[in-house]
Amino acid sequence: MTELLWGAWQGWGFGQSSFNVVMGLIKGLLVCVFLAVNALFLVYMERKVSGYIQGRLGPMRVGPKGLLQTAADALKLVTKEDIIPSGADVAVFILAPLVFFAAATAIWVVIPFGPQDIVQDLNIGLIYISAVTGLSVLAILMAGWSSNNKWSLLGAMRSAAQLVSYEIPLVLSLVAIGMMAGSLRLGDIVAAQQSGVTSWFVFPQILGFIVFFTAGLAEINRAPFDLPEAESELVAGYNTEYSGFRWAVFFLAEYANLVAFSALAATFFFGGPTGPFLPPFVWFLIKTYFFIFVAMWIRWTLPRIRVDHLMNLGWYVLIPLALINLGWTGLYVVLWG
Amino acid sequence: MAETAVTGQLKQEATTPAEHELFVNMGPQHPSTHGVLRLMLTVDGERVLSLKPDVGYLHRCFEKIAERRSVPMVVPYCDRTDYLAAITSEWAYVMAAEKLMGVEVPERAEYIRVIVGEMQRIASHLLWFGTFALDLGATTAFLYSFRERETLFDIFQKLTGARMLYNYLRVGGVRNDLYDGFVEDMQRYLKLLEEKLIEYNNLLTGNRIFETRTKGVGVISKEDALAYGASGPVLRGSGVPHDLRKADPYSVYDRFEFGIPVGEHGDVYSRFVVRVQEFYESIKIIRQALKDLPGGPWQGDVPRRMKLVGDVYTRVESPRGEVGVYLVGDGSDQPYRCHYRSPCFVHLQLLEPMGVGHLIADMVAIIGSIDIVMGEVDR
Repeated sequence: MTELLWGAWQGWGFGQSSFNVVMGLIKGLLVCVFLAVNALFLVYMERKVSGYIQGRLGPMRVGPKGLLQTAADALKLVTKEDIIPSGADVAVFILAPLVFFAAATAIWVVIPFGPQDIVQDLNIGLIYISAVTGLSVLAILMAGWSSNNKWSLLGAMRSAAQLVSYEIPLVLSLVAIGMMAGSLRLGDIVAAQQSGVTSWFVFPQILGFIVFFTAGLAEINRAPFDLPEAESELVAGYNTEYSGFRWAVFFLAEYANLVAFSALAATFFFGGPTGPFLPPFVWFLIKTYFFIFVAMWIRWTLPRIRVDHLMNLGWYVLIPLALINLGWTGLYVVLWG
Repeated sequence: MAETAVTGQLKQEATTPAEHELFVNMGPQHPSTHGVLRLMLTVDGERVLSLKPDVGYLHRCFEKIAERRSVPMVVPYCDRTDYLAAITSEWAYVMAAEKLMGVEVPERAEYIRVIVGEMQRIASHLLWFGTFALDLGATTAFLYSFRERETLFDIFQKLTGARMLYNYLRVGGVRNDLYDGFVEDMQRYLKLLEEKLIEYNNLLTGNRIFETRTKGVGVISKEDALAYGASGPVLRGSGVPHDLRKADPYSVYDRFEFGIPVGEHGDVYSRFVVRVQEFYESIKIIRQALKDLPGGPWQGDVPRRMKLVGDVYTRVESPRGEVGVYLVGDGSDQPYRCHYRSPCFVHLQLLEPMGVGHLIADMVAIIGSIDIVMGEVDR
């Protein structure tokens, strides 16, 4: 596909550098489309999954089996009045959802859809991921501060504390993955797990997986760690004052984060897009959606954890576990690696 | 009221200047204040430094309206005080009117009242269970308990014609007899509820997150609970085995065997356990009442024009505590004065000693644990 386009591009008389720019744009567009379609489907899936867990049907009215419900919702959100609170810091208020969305999409640069299908297989992929995931806290702080609402501010502060504490175990579990694969490149990590289920990192890294999954849920603000937007405590947290399309952007980015997190869990621990018979992209979707389902399952089962318990869990449990895992990984790599 | 350690500390804090403090209005528009309760909070980060409940957003002049209505016309207004436990509010009022007029209530009517009263307790506790879980972020438990509540409301609807505001109790009896098949419906429902209660238990009771969020939170000691005038599950959660159905038996409650669940620590978890246990006690009472249900009329002889003379205070054990009606008659067919004692109004004072020093997230759990109904607080 790429060669075909390259040929056509040369035929029109353009050079390599401009081709790279155009390809980057096309890939970026594809990722955005992928995320938007995913988000549309995920909203529907979330409502259906929660419906079945709670002994009800979920949306059934709009379209067959309620399939068009999300489209109707999206239409409603887009056509809503654009409200900016009078005391808000307008520039920051407008910028915050964009930054949040940018952070959520930026992760997708390095996520492998197939063994070769990566937007840009950076040689510092793991470092890039840990850097980009930290970016969303900036957007949340911007949203919380600029809304000029005390509940938003409290939500933003919670989120800052939460993301900073959970970044550490998350990065530590990623370090172990880097050690296992001997590379920070995500393509290499997938390649190291190519030879069947036994080569999956989840078995030697079971501890690392637990740390990654827990810290990851906290990182993307999913229940039971959805404290920044705990609706029964902080009204709606940092996005209390957001409505209409701006709110939709937050919402979309949150689902993009969920997909990214699930895709990363699949990539790091379950072989990513590798698997028998089916094409890699299908395996990628199967594994990703499995973790999305698990995250939804957890959300609709557990109560919300409290702020101070969350901190304790992060600092007293997850970080020591991650460090133990790091030591174990070193031993493993030396003995059997 | 005696000055407790907490209120003493509060007074001291109020005089020191605030530096890192933030004043927040929690409510009247807030997802977890169960209606239109407004809490004026001063917080340091998320820790509550001081707290003042503000009420009155739902005031509908029940007591004044009652003075301008004939005696039986007040009953539907009683429904609208504690709209989650309409039967018990009606009960306190009709009992007062009956006592003032010396009306004899037939035995069957008393049994029916006990049955619907306990059904109401179950319905109210189901709602409390759901919203309490929702406050803690457990959405699914909320929908589970609402499912059972709706099934119970179906029976209520068949019996009284309404799902929440029944207008079912009458001075001297009840409006209509039980319908054919009520006993079977009820027995089937109780069986279902017993199964579902196990499910609820599995969802919450053993859950680590749930226990850490409720144990040791919002503690109120036995002495404080008594001093503040608490009643119902809040008082029992603090370890005082006080239940009006036993302490001051009204109607035919002295004929049934049931226990009074009592908590140990007076925290949110104790109150949770007490209410969950009360499900089982209510089931027990209904089963006994259905078994011994006597025949006969369901409405006693009452004068056509009801005239009240004298004054009386009657109280019943509502799902939330002691609901009392102080009724004064001057010989006319309208109450001269009708005071309604609301347990939730009293419990609101407890928010301060319970909540100060805890986090905002705990405030939500504490409000949920005292099971507040603003319609009753403001009347």
